[in-house]
Amino acid sequence: MTINRNWKSYLYFSLIIIGILTSLPASAQSDDAVQAGKKLFNANCAACHKLNKRAVGPALRGISSKYDREWLYSWIKNSTAMVKSGDAQAVAIYEEYNGSVMTSFLQFSNDDIDNIIAYTDYVPPAPAMTTAVPVVSGQASGGISNSIILVALAMVFVVLVIMLLLVQRTLIRIAAASGVDITPPQKPKRTPLWQAFIQNQFLIIVSVILLLLSSAYFAYGFLMQVGVDQGYMPVQPIHYSHKIHAGANQIECKYCHSSARVSKHSGIPSLNVCMNCHRNIAEYNGEEDLENGYTKEFYTKEIKKLYTAVGWDETNQQYTGETQPVKWVRIHNLPDFVYFNHAQHVEVGEIACQKCHGPVEEMEIMYQYSPLTMGWCINCHRETNVKVENNEYYTKIHEALSKKYGVEKLTVAQMGGLECGKCHY
Amino acid sequence: MSLLKGDQERLMASNKTYWKNIDQLNPDDEVVQKMEQNEFVTKLPEDFLTDEKTLEDSSTSRRDFLKYVGFSTAAATLAACEGPVIKSVPYVVQPEQIRPGIANYYATTIGDGFDFSSILIKTREGRPIKVESNPDAPTLGCANARVHASVLSLYDTLRLQGPEAEGKDISWDNLYLQTGAMLKALSATNKKVVLMTPTLASPSSQKVINNFIKVFSNVEHVVYDVISSDAALNAYENYYGIRGLADYDFSEVKVLVSIDADIVGDWQGGGFEGGYAKSRIPKGDDGKAEMSWHIQFESNMSLSGANADHRVPCTPADQKNVLAYIYDSLTGSSSGSSLPNSIKESADKAIIRLKAAGVNGVLVSGIEDETAQGIVLAINSWLKSQAFQPESPKLIRQGNATSVQKVFKEIENGTVKGLITVGVNPVFTSANGSKLGKAIKNLEFSLAFASKKDETSEASKFIASTPHYLESWGDYEMKSGHFALSQPTIRPLFDTQQFQDVLLRLTGENTNYYDFIKEYWNSSILGSSSWSAALHDGYFSNGKSAKLTKPNFSAIDPRGLRKASAPKMSLVLYTKTGMGDGQQANNPWLQEFPDPITRVSWDNYLTLSMTDANALGLKNTNTSNGALNGSYASVTVGDTTIKVPVLIQPGQANGTAGLSFGYGKRLGLKPEMQTGVNAYTVYENFQKVQSVQIKDAEGEHEFACVQLHNTLMGRGDIIKETTLEVFNTKDKKYWNAMPQVSKNHMEFDVTSPEVDMWQEFDRSIGHHFNLSIDLNSCTGCGACVIACHAENNVPVVGKAEVRKSRDMHWLRIDRYYSSAASFEGDNETKDAISGIGDSLSTFGEMEQASANPQVAFQPVMCQHCNHAPCETVCPVAATSHGRQGQNHMAYNRCVGTRYCANNCPYKVRRFNWFLYNKNDEFDYHMNNDLGRMVLNPDVVVRSRGVMEKCSFCIQMTQKTILDAKLKGEEIKDGTFQTACSNACSTGAMTFGDINDKESEVSKLLEDKRMYHLLEAVGTKPNVMYHTKVRNTDDKTI
Repeated sequence: MTINRNWKSYLYFSLIIIGILTSLPASAQSDDAVQAGKKLFNANCAACHKLNKRAVGPALRGISSKYDREWLYSWIKNSTAMVKSGDAQAVAIYEEYNGSVMTSFLQFSNDDIDNIIAYTDYVPPAPAMTTAVPVVSGQASGGISNSIILVALAMVFVVLVIMLLLVQRTLIRIAAASGVDITPPQKPKRTPLWQAFIQNQFLIIVSVILLLLSSAYFAYGFLMQVGVDQGYMPVQPIHYSHKIHAGANQIECKYCHSSARVSKHSGIPSLNVCMNCHRNIAEYNGEEDLENGYTKEFYTKEIKKLYTAVGWDETNQQYTGETQPVKWVRIHNLPDFVYFNHAQHVEVGEIACQKCHGPVEEMEIMYQYSPLTMGWCINCHRETNVKVENNEYYTKIHEALSKKYGVEKLTVAQMGGLECGKCHY
Repeated sequence: MSLLKGDQERLMASNKTYWKNIDQLNPDDEVVQKMEQNEFVTKLPEDFLTDEKTLEDSSTSRRDFLKYVGFSTAAATLAACEGPVIKSVPYVVQPEQIRPGIANYYATTIGDGFDFSSILIKTREGRPIKVESNPDAPTLGCANARVHASVLSLYDTLRLQGPEAEGKDISWDNLYLQTGAMLKALSATNKKVVLMTPTLASPSSQKVINNFIKVFSNVEHVVYDVISSDAALNAYENYYGIRGLADYDFSEVKVLVSIDADIVGDWQGGGFEGGYAKSRIPKGDDGKAEMSWHIQFESNMSLSGANADHRVPCTPADQKNVLAYIYDSLTGSSSGSSLPNSIKESADKAIIRLKAAGVNGVLVSGIEDETAQGIVLAINSWLKSQAFQPESPKLIRQGNATSVQKVFKEIENGTVKGLITVGVNPVFTSANGSKLGKAIKNLEFSLAFASKKDETSEASKFIASTPHYLESWGDYEMKSGHFALSQPTIRPLFDTQQFQDVLLRLTGENTNYYDFIKEYWNSSILGSSSWSAALHDGYFSNGKSAKLTKPNFSAIDPRGLRKASAPKMSLVLYTKTGMGDGQQANNPWLQEFPDPITRVSWDNYLTLSMTDANALGLKNTNTSNGALNGSYASVTVGDTTIKVPVLIQPGQANGTAGLSFGYGKRLGLKPEMQTGVNAYTVYENFQKVQSVQIKDAEGEHEFACVQLHNTLMGRGDIIKETTLEVFNTKDKKYWNAMPQVSKNHMEFDVTSPEVDMWQEFDRSIGHHFNLSIDLNSCTGCGACVIACHAENNVPVVGKAEVRKSRDMHWLRIDRYYSSAASFEGDNETKDAISGIGDSLSTFGEMEQASANPQVAFQPVMCQHCNHAPCETVCPVAATSHGRQGQNHMAYNRCVGTRYCANNCPYKVRRFNWFLYNKNDEFDYHMNNDLGRMVLNPDVVVRSRGVMEKCSFCIQMTQKTILDAKLKGEEIKDGTFQTACSNACSTGAMTFGDINDKESEVSKLLEDKRMYHLLEAVGTKPNVMYHTKVRNTDDKTI
């Protein structure tokens, strides 16, 4: 029966393949245009336009049916001139979008524009459901056989157990009938282990010492981690993924944390920095992590949280002015009596952010990577050389100090980076 | 005496007798003796352990104690396990100019009617946190102690939060509606309304007022200077045709004669100390150095008197006589004088010197008499004095006492129907305040523009809440042709509006004051210059000078002055360096600021000479813990009697008593700040000199006086001084001797490595910071003390704690009196001493010297010793030395043993006896959210049980270094600053890197006047002082 079904599905499958192959030459040319159009669209249009949704400018799917082709050519090439000339359609669209001016694309040829329009008109065929049938059936048959085998094996085991029990019973009966004594011999009485332990003073002393040592070890460990929040990973009001921003999209850390270049604080970016990109990125289209529930919808919902906070009205593409500042939970907390300066480490010392903050580009949820203890700081100051190249401030000092210590390169510690007052004031 | 003659002479030169308190002159005073011997002012509680009965009776047993200790340790450990969740809220849209962690500076101007200066405001994350002088401003670019403290007044919790009508909150719209209607009604019936402002010196505000008067013609504008300069203004107006004050530049002066003009204080609006101090430094070749000669005739001991070479205490009447005598002598119309001999002698000296100096001489006076002020102008014109600059009058005093008094009368008799006050409080600041207050209550219309509830706004129907100057726009014409702008440095904290905005709206003009100023400046002041540039700089000069008439002094008649005679006792009212006219009485920094002369904080008092106090039976006593108590006196002027505590002031002229303005306010002040008595109640007719009767009153007042705190354990040579003659003629070894120490029967300098106990650390690489303090140019003004408070988050501890010598000032300005009137006199007296018995009686005689002591100021902060005694005794190594010369203090490491403070020879370490922030027991700025906004985020706020001290502003030096590293450039001299050196407008404090051989401070290190405090101790401090040179020799004329 299974053979029969498989044979049928093969038949369907080959039929579909033949169908696709025959239709291919006909659509090849327009497909090229769509591909070229897609490239141009992503490079030039995507900042303001979306296919299916209104963004800064209108949604572009099916735009060719709304406007005359010639009109579109001249609009795309120089929209401002058209608005000025008083073209009714042009003025209408200009006013609909609150007078935001569309960039002129004088470099586009009519062919380029045709390609873009081809892309915007292109409706990808719905995925062919038929091809899925054989696969599904194949999977289904495998699943059924596996469980049958499992059930059968279980049955065999049960039967075996019953059989063994029956055999044992019979053997006991035989032994009783033949008069063989099968009761086990009595064991001599021994002192229980715990009593023996108590009686052995040496063991007691040794184990007490061990106990004390181990509890001291754990107590020390516990006390030393008091106030150390390594691994602190609080839940944030908006699920912001460094993995997507710094990892997948490779956004430079200091693009958002720009204060780190000049100030002691790296700064949590203000929401207008987010909107530089998210004005155009209203939904998430990247990879999903289904295991943790990070679906596209999940991420898109987080982007909507940003819009609520910053007061961005998506449908009208404008700010409402009603803001709800985000209360982030601060992860890296240095005590008040410590002075730490980001700019000195990042700009002067040219230390990578990851050195202290860890592989941020892989962190779905941000956490404290380093212990941020004084010992940790000091160790680094002992090991790291000061970047003195091309920095006039260091020229004289470095020359004199390296001569004094007889070294090529000076560590931060040799520069005085271990003095109390350098960080505590 | 086993010393050789030479040694003795050398020791004499530097061993003048210094004293801080009159009781120190009395060798039998037990309290002082005890304090000299015992460094712990209160007895240590050592008997409680041996007292078995108390221990047995105690309800807490040993077991209980252990239980509590165990529980609290466990609880503390558990509580520490869970860290708090800290939220961070970034901007939604971050303003471009704000970068978290980076300070922004704005140039602005303060002009509150009393203090005017161009300043820079440091803001962090949008909060103003510090005031600094604007060194580029050509006029009044120096901030005094009050201006430095004014940033804290911005965060005053008692500021008015919105407009009020009849004591109830109303909206601004409602206020406009009601006041507008009332003004129109009064205008329609032509009933007189008075608009009373302090000196605004603001051209655009004047135009706003003029426009207002155009619409409401029944309004009269009256300028009310709370502390009047009326006589000087009238005199200048008489001779030059403009209401203003002649300007002076003392920087090149050779002879300065001051008759009761507190030129380094608040005389004629202040701002003269920079120039004055320049003339005080001996300049020129070896042996021919020159400095100015300053003689001061005055009644109260003022800052200027304290800085003078010759100070002549005399009554106000004698001052007039002296002025007339000098005038007569200079003009050759000598007509004899009734002056007492001692004063006449000094006046003669002044005359001879003035004549000799010619254009390099100048005479100034603070006598409140039109003729006297006219004579001053005449003398300076006659001398052709270069310091005298009448051609560009100062416009920062405009008040007219006559018209103010007329208006007060009209308010009382009902001629005036309406009153608008702007930032003035006549009910509190006038002699008949209570009567005036009642009259204001009965007016048809009264509107008070006030930033805080005060006596006048309390009596007024409407209160319009005004912003602090750091939230306001404004412009000033400080001197004719010299303009300044003020701009907001923070959004208004409360629902406030500037009076100019309100007047503009009431006038019906549809513009705000900012646009108005801009428009006015562009059309009338700037010419073709840029508004933005002027706003950026904070000042603008268009070079236009005022149109003056040519003065004719022929009609001067000094007869009235000659005839002046003193009453039995004159009361001389003055302003204290810290409190000024009292506008900022709710400012805890200023309340806790010790007066430079008396060293008393949190009070005003009646200053009396020793002789007068003895005659009246008034006393000052020192308690065993170093605190000062004083008797009360009842002071009667006319019908008014007030009860004032008495402070005996060395140098106070006999027959005079001093009392300062600015205290005694009750409304709009926190209970802690309601200190002192109101001197305005006896400020009859705007005359600072009043005839007075003083009587003993009941009770004893407790002062918070810091002068006997932190005794020097008998190490008296902490101040070095000499005279110009000695400085020019003798070797450095004579007047600035390096102490010697003997090793293997050889004499070595104490600084020699041969006799050093310590291994020297190599500090020749990198930066090595030094601070230089010139005792010649330090006037004791105290701006550095407040700047230090603001920069370093120094807590305010309150009167009771200060009294227990627990004040937290990182920087104190010690004031020393020395007994002899002249240096030679001192030497001769001491040379003549033979044997102990004689020495006692001679010191007893020196008590007479308290009639007119010499004064020296010495700012003392942590000396950052290279061989610091504090570092070696710290059991936890909380204080350690940096390579850059700074003595570091790691607060988080300190466990509070106080060994370091005990071992410090300079007594500059301060201990946090309590938690001074977020503590309900204290009610100062660190104990409310608003006040905490002034804190400097770069400096830790210290906790209880921690030792603290001056850090050489390591946060500032580090910032400079870090910025240089970031820019990748070398650091230029002058870039390194501390809060105190930055605040010093006289240039007495210079900070810098001595490893930079070109720097100013390394040149100062080589100066022959340079010495270190207590060199003999061998601490090798990084703070250096410059020997004070006094120009007291008559031979050099």
